[in-house]
Amino acid sequence: MTKQEWPLWEVFIRAKQGLNHKHVGSIHAADVDMAIENARDVYTRRMEGVSIWVVESKYVHANEPSEQDALFEPANDKIYRHPTFYVLPEELNHM
Amino acid sequence: MEVKLEQQFQEKIDQEIRIEPRDWMPEKYRKTLLRQISQHAHSEIVGMLPEGNWITRAPNLRRKVALLAKVQDEAGHGLYLYSAAETLGMSRDEMLEELHSGRAKYSSIFNYPTLTWADMGAIGWLVDGAAIMNQVPLCRASYGPYARAMVRVCKEESFHQRQGYEIMLTLCNGTEAQKAMAQDALNRWWWPSIMMFGPNDDNSPNSAQSMKWKIKRFSNDELRQKFIDVTVPQAELLGLTIPDKDLKWNAEKGHYDFGAINWDEFMNVVAGNGPCNKQRLKARVDAWENGAWVREAAMAHAKKREERKNKQIEAA
Repeated sequence: MTKQEWPLWEVFIRAKQGLNHKHVGSIHAADVDMAIENARDVYTRRMEGVSIWVVESKYVHANEPSEQDALFEPANDKIYRHPTFYVLPEELNHM
Repeated sequence: MEVKLEQQFQEKIDQEIRIEPRDWMPEKYRKTLLRQISQHAHSEIVGMLPEGNWITRAPNLRRKVALLAKVQDEAGHGLYLYSAAETLGMSRDEMLEELHSGRAKYSSIFNYPTLTWADMGAIGWLVDGAAIMNQVPLCRASYGPYARAMVRVCKEESFHQRQGYEIMLTLCNGTEAQKAMAQDALNRWWWPSIMMFGPNDDNSPNSAQSMKWKIKRFSNDELRQKFIDVTVPQAELLGLTIPDKDLKWNAEKGHYDFGAINWDEFMNVVAGNGPCNKQRLKARVDAWENGAWVREAAMAHAKKREERKNKQIEAA
């Protein structure tokens, strides 16, 4: 076994110009150049992308899943943020 | 507390809400998934060996690039699956250590030898065909990272099966000797392929729990029957005979009846006594050990570059 495993990187791919980068998975690589090349070989063998982002996994921070209800609670009861909350006459058709 | 969490967990599963890496999950769910996903990853990696055997001897360039691309896909599938398994808290090196020490299993089918070029056809057609049958329902597995990896795998797998069938078709439309070669490959790969679905339902003790957790959606026997039902007409189209004298259409059931499976052979190969078990494992261990200096050198190089960059920043 190697003494030290190659770091883990999260891979984000832009499928085509105009779209955002989307998380597709992860890979191991010794450095950023290798991470991009490995990401290309693993995740874009069939032209799935025009741009790659790699971020070392240790730099990704996330909320606690167990506290997710409390975190998203403020949006729960604000139905007035949705267009359907407003009652308008039928004749108006498409507003 | 634990009971309540487990109840909530099962409710999520029942409502088809996917489980993500940092969500609470029963320890046994984590272990079951880790075992299944890492075994699946190992199977993709070991699965490169029987076909790798024929890359340099492919009959022409078209066949060669296709086979090369297929084997490269398998490496990719192994990598998708290893990363999915890593989200459950085991490192890549630990998984490889389990494979290399023989504690982890991989699909037994890869312990059979590839004796002729026709085996490339039979593997693509039958082995990848059986794998697709198994894998399509896994795209809806309850664990998010596994399901997402399987979606990618399944998208790529269909080319594998088609290239295999095309090899068989070409051989079957060729000379007598070529057709005989195709028949011989079918004879050798048929039974191992239908064993790929695992033991009969009565002998598959963990299946019920996996179904309840929606890791598994169909039983081994259901999938095996489905595979046989779609494969028999494909063999007929090739003009080949499936090596099972009990194989017969059952109009009443709407399925093919088939002969008894030799489970002793299956258990024997699983136990490590198949024709190629030792050879396959040795190839993996050698690749890992002979590559150690490359992995270490890459790390040393990355570290040196990083240090040089930091020095430049300090100097500036």
